[in-house]
Amino acid sequence: MPWKPEVNEDISQRSDEWHVRIRGINKTFGTHHVLRGIDLDIARGKINVIIGGSGQGKSVIMKHLMGLLKPDAGSIFVDGEDIVPLNDVGLNRVRKQFGMLFQYAALFDSLTVEENIVFALVEHGDPTTPERYADGRRRPPRRYSRSELHDIALEQLDKLALPRVLLRKFPAELSGGQRKRVGLARALVMKPRILLYDEPTTGLDPVSTKNVDDMIRSVSREHGVTSVIISHDMASTFRIGDRVSALYNGRIIESGPPDELRKSNHKWLREFIATSGAVHMDPVAEADLIDEPLVTAGAPP
Amino acid sequence: MLQRLAAVVDRLWGPLLRLLSASLEQLGAHIMLLWNVVRWALRPPYRLSVLLEAMVFIGVESLPIVLLISLFVGAVFALQLSSALRTFQAEAFTGATVGLALTRELAPVFTSIVVAARAGAGMATELGSMRITEQIDALATMAVNPVQYLVVPRVIGGILMVPLLAMVFNCIGMVGAYIVAVGMQNVDRGIFMENARWLLDPNDITQGMIKAVIFGLALTLIACQQGYNASGGAKGVGVATTRAVVGSFVTILVLDYFLTDIWLTFFSKNIQN
Repeated sequence: MPWKPEVNEDISQRSDEWHVRIRGINKTFGTHHVLRGIDLDIARGKINVIIGGSGQGKSVIMKHLMGLLKPDAGSIFVDGEDIVPLNDVGLNRVRKQFGMLFQYAALFDSLTVEENIVFALVEHGDPTTPERYADGRRRPPRRYSRSELHDIALEQLDKLALPRVLLRKFPAELSGGQRKRVGLARALVMKPRILLYDEPTTGLDPVSTKNVDDMIRSVSREHGVTSVIISHDMASTFRIGDRVSALYNGRIIESGPPDELRKSNHKWLREFIATSGAVHMDPVAEADLIDEPLVTAGAPP
Repeated sequence: MLQRLAAVVDRLWGPLLRLLSASLEQLGAHIMLLWNVVRWALRPPYRLSVLLEAMVFIGVESLPIVLLISLFVGAVFALQLSSALRTFQAEAFTGATVGLALTRELAPVFTSIVVAARAGAGMATELGSMRITEQIDALATMAVNPVQYLVVPRVIGGILMVPLLAMVFNCIGMVGAYIVAVGMQNVDRGIFMENARWLLDPNDITQGMIKAVIFGLALTLIACQQGYNASGGAKGVGVATTRAVVGSFVTILVLDYFLTDIWLTFFSKNIQN
């Protein structure tokens, strides 16, 4: 059966099970109605994967999660706080909990690998500095020295199995896989509680794809962060995902552990997963299949 | 009949209304960006090193081309004027006239156009490619406000550096005029200097500097607005750069007219004084 969120549940309270909860998100760009009432729960400390076809709005969901886009309607609760009404200052406070690895890493071209990795630390200082002094006054974050920043950058490179010689290089001199690792190092340096990955394996060869998958899994386990991945790489999704949600026609049509998705009776989803050849679906009677035609972009909801 | 009339009116007015609506939309977007720049410029953190980088890019790196252009603008102006004024046996006023033209008009306008073509295009391209490759989004995800980090230093850099470059333009332009008028057109050296001193007033320099400040603000704002909102891949970056340069040129010249009119109406002293 298609996934539905629980009704009458107070989602404005912090939950141990769910880190982010999205309800009724709608987003239109001009005449393109991209999101049509998204309901989605992101499990705390797990690897959550959102799958869907190209142009279905996966990246749009991701941008909403970090407040880069404001929805036309709906709520996004991060640890029980609705981030939709927040202003720039409030959003910046929430964003410090997030790290993001972009599809093509989005490293700053004009900065070296080292400067890219420590950029957020230079801007915000030590993320572990307590916010207030004992007497309740606001405490400015501790600033790192140059040598400390250098050591942190080296440590990050070592952690992600990147050669130290990359430190002085510019992003244009790196391979696709190296860029993604540097992008991940940059995201991890602020010790985020939620890590977002925008199609992390796109454009990588199978070996690099497996390496990135292992990296995501180890980061999730070692740092205990909540991971949200958007992907249309089914092999990767079913290899590392603890929870998979499928986006179709601007809605989440299925959400649950990978094994549950194999039993889906949604015709499009079955084809989408099976076409990859990497994952086999459990058999479902033809009569039980839900055949929902794809709504063209721009059509009314 | 009415329908046909409506169709004709629509055909005639439609494109004009669309142009007007697009222009107003652009104006609104620039005003919004300016408001954001003011808001974020006043808030900490104040990134001095980023501001210095922007000032070097806009000012120091534009200096060689400003030096070259100002020398020849002064020289050619002196050449034309000395030849024209000789008809009335008034070539002694070459220095004064060139000085007046440089301080009031040529220095701020030419400097701004040079900066718009070089630094403005560069800024639009850089911000545009940062937008296309999601680097601006990456800044936001790291809780760094992109307007504060990328736009504020460039706009302040423009406001500070364009007047300084215009001042350099004045000086070098006068050197060019002196070389041609005194060295080649046989205008008396003492009269050239004395007339220039007599006719030029601090008010003229103030007028030029105020114009340069406003042009500096306008050209950096336009370049940042175009680059910051670029879309559509490499072609989009190209379009943003073209719009930044063309928009800056047009804005500088239009603003120049209105600023001159306002200045002459409210602040100008009589030349004879």
